[in-house]
Amino acid sequence: MSVVIVGAGQGGFQAAWSLRMEGYDGSITLIGDEPYLPYQRPPLSKGFLLGKQELESVTLRPEKFYSDQRIELRMGECVASIDRAARKVVLASGSSVPYDSLILATGARVRRLADREALYLRGRDDAAQLKDRLDRAESVAVIGGGFIGLEVAAAARMLGKEAAVVEIQPRLMQRVVAPVVSDFFRELHETHGVRLMLGSGDVPRADLTVAGVGVIPNVELALEAGLTADNGIVVDEHLRTADQNIFAIGDCSKHAQRGRLESVQNAVDQAKCAAANIAGKTQVYAAVPWFWTDQFDAKLQMAGLSGGADRVVLRGSPPKFSVFYFRGGKLIAIDSISRPADHMMARKLLAAGVEVSAEQAADENFALASLVNR
Amino acid sequence: MPLFGKKETVTINYISHAGVKKPIAVTVGNSVMEGAIRNGIDEIVAECGGAAQCGTCHVYVEEQWLPKLPPMQDDENAMLDTTLCPRRPNSRLSCQIPVTKELDGLTVHTPEAQV
Repeated sequence: MSVVIVGAGQGGFQAAWSLRMEGYDGSITLIGDEPYLPYQRPPLSKGFLLGKQELESVTLRPEKFYSDQRIELRMGECVASIDRAARKVVLASGSSVPYDSLILATGARVRRLADREALYLRGRDDAAQLKDRLDRAESVAVIGGGFIGLEVAAAARMLGKEAAVVEIQPRLMQRVVAPVVSDFFRELHETHGVRLMLGSGDVPRADLTVAGVGVIPNVELALEAGLTADNGIVVDEHLRTADQNIFAIGDCSKHAQRGRLESVQNAVDQAKCAAANIAGKTQVYAAVPWFWTDQFDAKLQMAGLSGGADRVVLRGSPPKFSVFYFRGGKLIAIDSISRPADHMMARKLLAAGVEVSAEQAADENFALASLVNR
Repeated sequence: MPLFGKKETVTINYISHAGVKKPIAVTVGNSVMEGAIRNGIDEIVAECGGAAQCGTCHVYVEEQWLPKLPPMQDDENAMLDTTLCPRRPNSRLSCQIPVTKELDGLTVHTPEAQV
């Protein structure tokens, strides 16, 4: 048996390790196009930019881990194509690697602005360049009021730089959070001296321009191999593509019902699910989505998916509060701001699928734990 | 090969659920979690990479060391309620314990499982 994993980010790394933890004993080849050992991205826009963390510290495991686990690393290698009939991946260098099962964990790449020079933040090299330029700049203009843009703006201010954020939408993180959360973060950033330009496309002059305007999933390999992709490689509930031997996980994967998500949680949990299915189990992907972002002294933690919510209820009040999102009376998501206990409870409530009323959610004296610990 | 050049280290003792003790030279400034994952202590998983978001770097700290550790923050406290193996009074997330010179000899027990 042999498993080939294309993409050595968080998902690819986890898939390799989870295969071993599931007892899979065949060969594992992990192919990545960057020259680095698999690494984690979240600190690149947080601790690393702030100078609290060295770049090398993002490395997930040392080389010895892979030799101990019998995971063959092919770093700095690009995959040119997938030969589904012959069940092999063809590398740009000309060699090919046969597979019985193939996991596509190809991730996503930043969306680039056509009309403007800007720095972007996705990988280690981006982060190193941004950190270097940021340290030498006095002012920074950030295009995009999403997670990456706001984390960069917060880091810039904490380093004593002038920072402005330009966002074409009228509020921050509009795609994923309720207005009350956007408003809280607007005030937070303004209090810390970030100039926010909402509903605007005018980028102010600055020493450095950084853009965080979303990503594009890397689906080309899958498409060229005849698999279905539309803003993500389409997979079923077991994370299989239309080809029973090929799985897609993480940022590049589009779950037929749940859509495509960009997060560590999604990459890790999908990797575990795909690994289990390859190792002979039958597992349906059903993990509760969660995500976090750190901006100044506030931590936003999100559980569930709030899209389509028709009612929001607050528990607590700013600067520490949670927002409960309901759709048709059913709890679908909870965002917590500096209330980590609520967030952990949110994951439990959503995983258990228990009924929570809006009144219970809003009542701080009501113990939500009583709903899951029965 | 160490990830960084030569730096000051102290000894952290990791004792597995089976009772196997591994003394590891951990660089001052790294966390107890980082000391584990960089040195083959696979009983520490650390899925979130050290952000107190996943609860998979859970350890039981030998009692005499508890007063020397930094106080627990709200996020660590909340996360410890979700660990796979039960929380005990000496439970900590190893990602939230930066290694200092004062922690030379710190002994932690890894739980039976993290995930």
